[in-house]
Amino acid sequence: MNALKKLFGGNTRQFGMIFALVALIIFFQVATEGRTLTPGNVINLFNGNSYILILAIGMVLVIIAGHIDLSVGSVAAFVGVTVALAIRDWGIPWWAGVLLGLALGAVIGAWQGWWTAYVGIPAFIVTLAGMLLFRGFNQFVGKSNTIPVPNDFQYLGSGYLPEVGPNTGFNNLTLLLGIAAAAFVVWGELRTRSRAKALGAEVPETWVTILKLVLVCGAILYATYLFATGRPGTSFPIPGLILAVLVLLYGFISSRTILGRHVYAVGGNRHAAELSGVQSKKVNFLVMMNMSILAGLAGMIFVGRSTASGPFDGVGWELDAIAAVFIGGAAVTGGVGTVVGSIIGGLVMAVLNNGLQLLGVGADLTQIIKGLVLLIAVAFDVYNKSQGKKSIIGLLTRNMGRSGGGPSSPIQPDETTSTKEAIAREA
Amino acid sequence: MTSQTTQTEPIILEMRSITKEFPGVKALANVNLRVKAGEIHAICGENGAGKSTLMKVLSGVYPYGSYDGEIVYQGEVQQFKDIRASEHAGIVIIHQELALIPELSIMENIFLGNEPTKRGIIDWSEARLRSLDLLARVGLREDPDTPVKEIGVGKQQLVEIAKALNKSVKILILDEPTAALNESDSQHLLDLMLGLKAKGITSIIISHKLNEIEQIADSITIIRDGKSIETLNVKADGVDEDRIIKGMVGRTLESRFPDHTPKIGEVFFEVKDWTVGHPNVQDRLVCKNSSFFVRRGEIVGFAGLMGAGRTELARSVFGRSYGRFIDGHIYKDGKEVTLKSVRQAIDAGLGYVTEDRKSLGLNLLDDIKTTTVAANLRKISRHSVVDPNQEFTVAEQYRKSLRTKTPSVEEGVAKLSGGNQQKVVLAKWMFTDPDLLILDEPTRGIDVGAKYEIYGIIQQLANQGKGVIVISSELPELLGLSDRIYTIFEGTVTGVLDKDEASQENLMKLMTSNPNRKAA
Repeated sequence: MNALKKLFGGNTRQFGMIFALVALIIFFQVATEGRTLTPGNVINLFNGNSYILILAIGMVLVIIAGHIDLSVGSVAAFVGVTVALAIRDWGIPWWAGVLLGLALGAVIGAWQGWWTAYVGIPAFIVTLAGMLLFRGFNQFVGKSNTIPVPNDFQYLGSGYLPEVGPNTGFNNLTLLLGIAAAAFVVWGELRTRSRAKALGAEVPETWVTILKLVLVCGAILYATYLFATGRPGTSFPIPGLILAVLVLLYGFISSRTILGRHVYAVGGNRHAAELSGVQSKKVNFLVMMNMSILAGLAGMIFVGRSTASGPFDGVGWELDAIAAVFIGGAAVTGGVGTVVGSIIGGLVMAVLNNGLQLLGVGADLTQIIKGLVLLIAVAFDVYNKSQGKKSIIGLLTRNMGRSGGGPSSPIQPDETTSTKEAIAREA
Repeated sequence: MTSQTTQTEPIILEMRSITKEFPGVKALANVNLRVKAGEIHAICGENGAGKSTLMKVLSGVYPYGSYDGEIVYQGEVQQFKDIRASEHAGIVIIHQELALIPELSIMENIFLGNEPTKRGIIDWSEARLRSLDLLARVGLREDPDTPVKEIGVGKQQLVEIAKALNKSVKILILDEPTAALNESDSQHLLDLMLGLKAKGITSIIISHKLNEIEQIADSITIIRDGKSIETLNVKADGVDEDRIIKGMVGRTLESRFPDHTPKIGEVFFEVKDWTVGHPNVQDRLVCKNSSFFVRRGEIVGFAGLMGAGRTELARSVFGRSYGRFIDGHIYKDGKEVTLKSVRQAIDAGLGYVTEDRKSLGLNLLDDIKTTTVAANLRKISRHSVVDPNQEFTVAEQYRKSLRTKTPSVEEGVAKLSGGNQQKVVLAKWMFTDPDLLILDEPTRGIDVGAKYEIYGIIQQLANQGKGVIVISSELPELLGLSDRIYTIFEGTVTGVLDKDEASQENLMKLMTSNPNRKAA
């Protein structure tokens, strides 16, 4: 177990989710007698969930900053219908439609961000109002009709990487993409390692790094194989490509930029952040605005996939996105969460959904199971925190009869200091 | 009632050798308190001496069994297991932070948890009659249906007392009752206490305002470092403020400070006529016409009792991060500067280490390296992308130079001890390279060894030519560390003493009264 922990670094919580995801996939692969990991099913799974995962990227930032956004489904629907109408009635090209949709998302986001950050109304209320408001706008603008979009716009939601080059039996672009991704992972890991070594920081043993790279690259290449060998005409889907770009972009922003640091700081302790010079209002505004832009994008992808915009697009999306974020390890109180974690959380839900469907489980039972999974995942988190932040893995090892692991640096809260301070404050 | 009869009054309450320990700290050690029936008994002591802890023992906040010693009340040993039990016996405590619910009316607050009922249903007409009577007794002329949030703090205090009277109180405990009141409200409250005394109600008052204590108290028990030092009879012993101060501070100055020869330069930072309003309460000022200056290489102490406005002054200067700015000027290096936000203050070369490390100073979810660079991310970023290698290097440098005890800078700050947390916070501000660093209670909750190290760091900063302001409740700390000490009382700078002329006695005097207003 220690070895496994080493493999995935200090972030054991994220590792717990990866572990759960892998376990879930294996379980369904066995239970469905191999129908889970087929090219067709995997492509389907990505296509059907990409818009939720895109929402989860924005939502995790909102939740890290200590807010919530209930309006994303309605915003997505409103943007979707507006873009569909603009393309149909004004005859603008598809790319202008996309730009229009993103701009509209930004305007809506600015509206909600202004109320949240500068007026100081809790985001729960602002976005609850937004949920009603923009659903209403969707149905008002679209007159509750279904509005079709042209083929080139549909490509956004249901397109695939095209076939190019020699006939290899695979989709060449997908293959290239997969190999590039694997190479990038290897390069990044080795670079980090050498830099850390040069600075004198702790680096994992060589075999750990190698094994980690083998596992990660193996997973990437296997996925590549699945995507590249689908039925003719299919390959790595465009929504998946958009998602991958966004994950990289937002993962970078959240972990490596000043703005990202500020989002965590505001969510972790707003007062401390302000006293360190962080402009918390600006951060809150940007986070809310960003969410609506992504919601607009998700709405357009959905419209592209379903070939038309309808009055009930996006109903309940906010709940799926929020669930993904919390399963992915974010804290309700803010300050905690990662983009990658939320994607994994979203995939857990998606695999669960898909697997249960393949098994022929009804919608009723599926909802019950999903509800329980969300509850248990968050309960684990809360329990871990009350136990001094032991990770899920720590918990698993404890139940494994102490054969592996051993005490993994238990956190000792600073008893004396906290009581001393309590007294100082009281007196 | 004359003083002779008071002296023959029986003892209503006796607390015998009360000892209360928290893990690692002895908050109270064999404290004795004897309160006579019908008197006003004051408890005096410095911040942290154990006054509030003692009252929490008495009122059952710390239940029987969690402390040693016994409480004899009305001739019987009591074992209060919670506040309800002590209130039932007639001991009511009114805390510094009022326990009223702002949205409810005066009447609803008075009867909260004690509602008069008829067959299980609240009898509001009965409640109204009784509240009118109670309000008359405390001298509050307000409609009982007025929401509490609409009346001032002074009147709210009266509502609290009315609430206590409704519980047929025998001993009324007031913890800093006038800390938040203006002078006329304070006087009204003091008069009310004398009125209640005439009706036979015993009061225990905790207050930093020694002139008030001198005015109304019959006896004074002095607590210092968790021990009861002495009990004075105000009239018989002819007690005055100086006598009380002597009892409160009478401890010797230990040499707990590294050697330091100051190298003081010219004045480079000056604040003039600084006036700031309370963030929530209209017309209440937290800083009144305060002026002070700092020289290069100088360690300046700010002395004042809790609630005197030290923190408010510091935070409002630091980019107006507290209160409503009303008036005042800041000069740095001879030029007037306007610091409207924390960002501007940091950019102008100011740093502020908060008093409340855990709720204002740190993001407890962060690790050491993230915290170290949090106030100056720009310095380790290019095109607003943070360079994690530089971050690590910087954090590692400070870990070594400040000797922070941690296995690595990747460790979470929540895991560190108080002293090491404070070092990380200091590192964070040192990394912003400020010209003036304001330290608010820099050694609170830190053990002696770490204190010594922190003092060393502070002196080092001064040696580099920076100005340092140290706000502290511990006078020995200020005396040992500062080159010059300002005293603050009720939001005003009441005086400034050089290191050589300052003593605990003359500081305490300036911290508890305003000499410029002595005529009033």
